[in-house]
Amino acid sequence: MQQLIDSAAPSSPAVSRLSPHEQLAAVINAAQRVILGKERAIRMALACVLARGHLLIEDLPGVGKTTLAHVIARLLGLDFQRVQFTSDMLPADIIGVSVFDRDSASFRFHPGPIFTQVMLADEINRATPKTQSALLEAMEERQVTTEGETRRLPEPFFVIATQNPSHQIGTFPLPESQLDRFLLRIELGYPDPAAERELLAGIDRREMIKTLPASLSPPQLMSLQQAARAVHVAPALIDYVQSLAAYTRAAPDWQAGLSPRAAIALLAVARAWALLEHRDHVLPEDVQAVLPGVIGHRLRPADDDSRKVGADVTAARLIEAVPLP
Amino acid sequence: MARRDRPVSQRQAWWLLAAALGAFLPLTPHLPLWLALGSGSVMLLRGWITYRQWHLPPRWLLALLVIAGTAAVGFEYRTVFGRVPGVALLGIFIALKLLELRAARDALAVVLLCYFLVLAQFMFTQTIATALVAILTIVLTTATLAAAADDRPAPQLLLRRSGLMLAQALPFMVLLFILFPRVQGPLWGLPQDRITATTGLSDSMAPGSIAELSQSDAIAFRVKFSGPVPAQSQLYWRGPVMSRFDGRNWRATRSMGTQSTPPYPLTGASVDYELTLEPHGKPWLFALEHPDAVPANSQFSDDLQLLSREVVRNRTRYSLRSYPDTQLLFKDTATNLREALALPRDGNPRIRAAAAEWKTRHGDDATAIVAAAEDFFGRQLLAYTLTPPMVLDDVIDGFLFETKRGFCEHFASAFAFSLRAAGVPARVVTGYQGGELNAVDGYLVIRQYDAHAWTEAWLPERGWVRIDPTAISAPRRIADHFVAAVPAGEALPFLARANMSWLRDLRNRFDAVANGWNQWVLGYTPQRQREFLQSLGLEAPDWQQMTAVLAVLSGAVLLVLTAWILYQRKQIDPVRRAWLNFTRRLAKRGVQWHDWEGPQDFARRASLALPTHAASIQAITESYSRLRYAPQATPADLSHLKNQIRQFHP
Repeated sequence: MQQLIDSAAPSSPAVSRLSPHEQLAAVINAAQRVILGKERAIRMALACVLARGHLLIEDLPGVGKTTLAHVIARLLGLDFQRVQFTSDMLPADIIGVSVFDRDSASFRFHPGPIFTQVMLADEINRATPKTQSALLEAMEERQVTTEGETRRLPEPFFVIATQNPSHQIGTFPLPESQLDRFLLRIELGYPDPAAERELLAGIDRREMIKTLPASLSPPQLMSLQQAARAVHVAPALIDYVQSLAAYTRAAPDWQAGLSPRAAIALLAVARAWALLEHRDHVLPEDVQAVLPGVIGHRLRPADDDSRKVGADVTAARLIEAVPLP
Repeated sequence: MARRDRPVSQRQAWWLLAAALGAFLPLTPHLPLWLALGSGSVMLLRGWITYRQWHLPPRWLLALLVIAGTAAVGFEYRTVFGRVPGVALLGIFIALKLLELRAARDALAVVLLCYFLVLAQFMFTQTIATALVAILTIVLTTATLAAAADDRPAPQLLLRRSGLMLAQALPFMVLLFILFPRVQGPLWGLPQDRITATTGLSDSMAPGSIAELSQSDAIAFRVKFSGPVPAQSQLYWRGPVMSRFDGRNWRATRSMGTQSTPPYPLTGASVDYELTLEPHGKPWLFALEHPDAVPANSQFSDDLQLLSREVVRNRTRYSLRSYPDTQLLFKDTATNLREALALPRDGNPRIRAAAAEWKTRHGDDATAIVAAAEDFFGRQLLAYTLTPPMVLDDVIDGFLFETKRGFCEHFASAFAFSLRAAGVPARVVTGYQGGELNAVDGYLVIRQYDAHAWTEAWLPERGWVRIDPTAISAPRRIADHFVAAVPAGEALPFLARANMSWLRDLRNRFDAVANGWNQWVLGYTPQRQREFLQSLGLEAPDWQQMTAVLAVLSGAVLLVLTAWILYQRKQIDPVRRAWLNFTRRLAKRGVQWHDWEGPQDFARRASLALPTHAASIQAITESYSRLRYAPQATPADLSHLKNQIRQFHP
């Protein structure tokens, strides 16, 4: 087997009686100590977890995708599994396989790496569509069915997938319908000079992660997810999200507009973002802040010339085109 | 950055290009070819630059092009001043201005130029089609104006908005049109070259000249009778009178009006009608035989032509009353009668011999001679045809004795000649005969193919008597229509053919619409305005009264529109209205709120720009976003916000 699986046992979370905002601030602070100069990416990843969605990180190798995933799992006190995707992988390699057990004279299910709380699917576009779709089905349903038996995945369950945008030879790019399963797509980018200098001077990040204490427990995380869902959305804001979606459908800039599912995703992430901003209601600013991550992988430019335009520019254009209702 | 200095976006460039094309294209038929092609290709180039997002050409190049364009216009027209050279210059400038779209200010200049070019179309044509094109272009230009301010809305939305704005302006347009005090004459005169292209009767008549007119279905004039239309055979529209004959051509001699009351006594029933004459570039007017008075600005000549003081360059409308049974019985001058007897010294010996024979038989009995001539014409078995053979010498003899085929001018010419040869004063009268009733609007339409020529003979006891020699050989020409009299198989004007009845029907409908346009829009003169307002119950409308009514009605329309807008405004919720009020106050201090900007972002920016007011800006924004986006807002919160904003004076 070529796949590399490294699992990390969760350390016991520091039990605390902190408010949701303080809890989240603690997570962000701890993460920033390991991942330097990437506060926005950390917050987006966290918002994605809070909105109970899956995250797609698209960037070059070596910019810290794995580290980010690892740190998040660690800080949230969750199980972590990493799967390196290859083209000869089969669905069973992820989901698990039933093996005949001689002692009990029956088949016993050996769960695959997907039975975890945080799974890092590295280079997801290297796997064949068959394997990809097995993973994506599991992501959507939060359960796995093999040999007629349905097994629930742990709660919380969270997939962070990465893909390398510039190396497309020999890969199976995810089709739009599959991309839509990811709530957010972010890019990390190179660190700024100061952060990079500090990174070079500091100790090995892997070592740091090993000693990183969990800031939250799974029940705390689930109650935070609950809190994110309870963030108030005013009618004016619903109108705003709707006009954003409607604009993408009418404007000639994109091949197809945002789907209603995408609009729901936008609202969910905006709620989580508002919670991170310590607010009980969503503001247009929250929607605008998360917009690049939500539309980056969902809107395809109509003409090939503007393919190279980044999600931030696209989002800025969309924001400036739609007045607040 | 001030509003006027904002750069022009790609979208705005497309809008401006479309508007400029829309305004320029309808003008191209009236401009020199090099200019149409030149400006057109500059606009195409602009489109390519927009598409590729290239840099605009440098200013010095544009300056050179402006100088070159101005020089070329000056060379073409020998001047750069005046109406047409002015329009030509604008056609060049609008194309070049498109190459200079750097800031919003330039965009506004292009929009203004577009509006002006749309107006300029009316200097060349004033048809319904022109008006429709102009309306469409105005909608496009107004949408472009909106796009110049904010290019984000979809094109169809901007077009709809512009259409709505123009629809709101429509009541004002109608009011102004009806009530604004009129000036006599068109606002812009028609260009001179239009006259040269017009077909119509001239002041001379050669064999074949009227037959040529019979190929044209252009409208000569339209007549609206107030009573029933007289019988076809009574519809003689008298025009130029020809008394001088040189052996081939007949010429009119009188070109001066001398009297404004008719010399003849009026008898019989009268016919009232209003005649709308198309411009024909000649001084004469047409009237049914015989009018009791002259239209304004015209007089009778000695030979009873109706002559206008000026050449008819514009569509002219006049009302007349005619008495078809009137005889031209008055004491004509000896000069006139002598002229009506003059003949070339020689030529046409055979008809002269025949006439001499009538004279010896009947002596001085003019009536008998006329009867003899009519009898002679009948016996010659002459044929009425659109394509008479050419006769080179002795045209009268050639027609009467050899070819025996002719059109009305041959008949009239030969008849007048034979009467003169027999000692009876005679002359040729040209004009139109008949006309076609347009059932759609009840107008009688007289076209060029209704042109006709006949003869008048002087009988001592009856005065000038109309004798139509064509009627002797082709009675159907007079009683019916010239088409009926022409032998089958001859080339007729397309629309005159019998099997084109459906087309004629369509043409009649179209013509009725065009006529309505002419009568009520283009021909809405001070007089017509007065009549119309009187029919609406406004007694003796003068300009003060009209202005008062105009002001009152415009005020009423304005009130209705304002009420509508206020009603629309009510739909905006009060929280948003308060916020807009707040942003307006900040805008006055130079902090412009973008309508897509979230309140917190804006507050941060405004606080940075106006640090002294940071606290109140933050507080107001906080209240606003709580009201708008947080749960459980109360009316008290709203009044609190309003209070905060009221006390906020940046």
